[in-house]
Amino acid sequence: MMSHEAFVFLSYGATALTLAGLLIGIVLDGRARRRELAELEAQGVRRRSEPAGEAN
Amino acid sequence: MSDTTISQGWFTSLANPTRFLALSGRVLPYLATAAVLSLLVGLYMSFAAPEDYQQGITVRIMFIHVPAAWLAMMCYSVMAIASIGTLVWRHPLADVAAKTALPIGAAFTFLSLLTGSLWGRPMWGTWWVWDARLTSVFVLFLMYLGLMALHKAMDDPARAARPAAVLTLVGFINIPIIKFSVEWWNTLHQPASVIRLDGPTIHPTMLYPLLVMALAYTLIFFTLHLMAMRNEILRRRVQTMRRQAAQAIGGGR
Repeated sequence: MMSHEAFVFLSYGATALTLAGLLIGIVLDGRARRRELAELEAQGVRRRSEPAGEAN
Repeated sequence: MSDTTISQGWFTSLANPTRFLALSGRVLPYLATAAVLSLLVGLYMSFAAPEDYQQGITVRIMFIHVPAAWLAMMCYSVMAIASIGTLVWRHPLADVAAKTALPIGAAFTFLSLLTGSLWGRPMWGTWWVWDARLTSVFVLFLMYLGLMALHKAMDDPARAARPAAVLTLVGFINIPIIKFSVEWWNTLHQPASVIRLDGPTIHPTMLYPLLVMALAYTLIFFTLHLMAMRNEILRRRVQTMRRQAAQAIGGGR
């Protein structure tokens, strides 16, 4: 049987890992999407709804 | 111009993804800072709180278990409201909000199940029982996974939006079941001790750290959700641009 401290440590550790994983996943996803968008814009692809000169 | 017109105009302007990106970009740094600060204060208060006279140090699991369970339900409630936006008003960002809340809600539900299990083993003598509270939260976790699978199954987000919204609203029946399961049925899980009609039954030395951690979790949720919504808007923008580029090539032949 683990000590009570071990149960507390595992709970906080798992929470930190899960939330950090979620944050890292979202940050990496955002970087990948912005890179894709920049590549398309570099190729001259524009959205139809985008007025001339708008760059986001 | 009446106040209603002004508020409707402001609300409608948010429906424009480009305006949403600009506004959320300005709000996010403040939201993230508030989330980190409240988490640091909450963690300090959690470990400065006295140990429970019966549960000893394991009571500290409460400060991360209870907010995770609250956020699991709040996240689903946010999805249900967004689903109404999808079905009734066809708000452009409603489906984006509902879809991007899914993995965050699943993570909080997973954490509530995991930390509950890690708290249950030393206090109840078991990792798991199929009582009404634990089972209904497990069903919530399966619903999150099912909705994520539904979105993954369809390439076109517009096609997934309506069935996912209907399924989300049908599944919302589980939220009051989770909340009242400990009152309606005989469960190993303890009854509510914070959100009660007659007020909290927890001593303030433990209640305040719990409330600060709940605030921190809420701010973390909204920070991650805004970031994920921005990513999803960009993903759909990339999809649209690729489709337009392909159509332009096809039309030029």
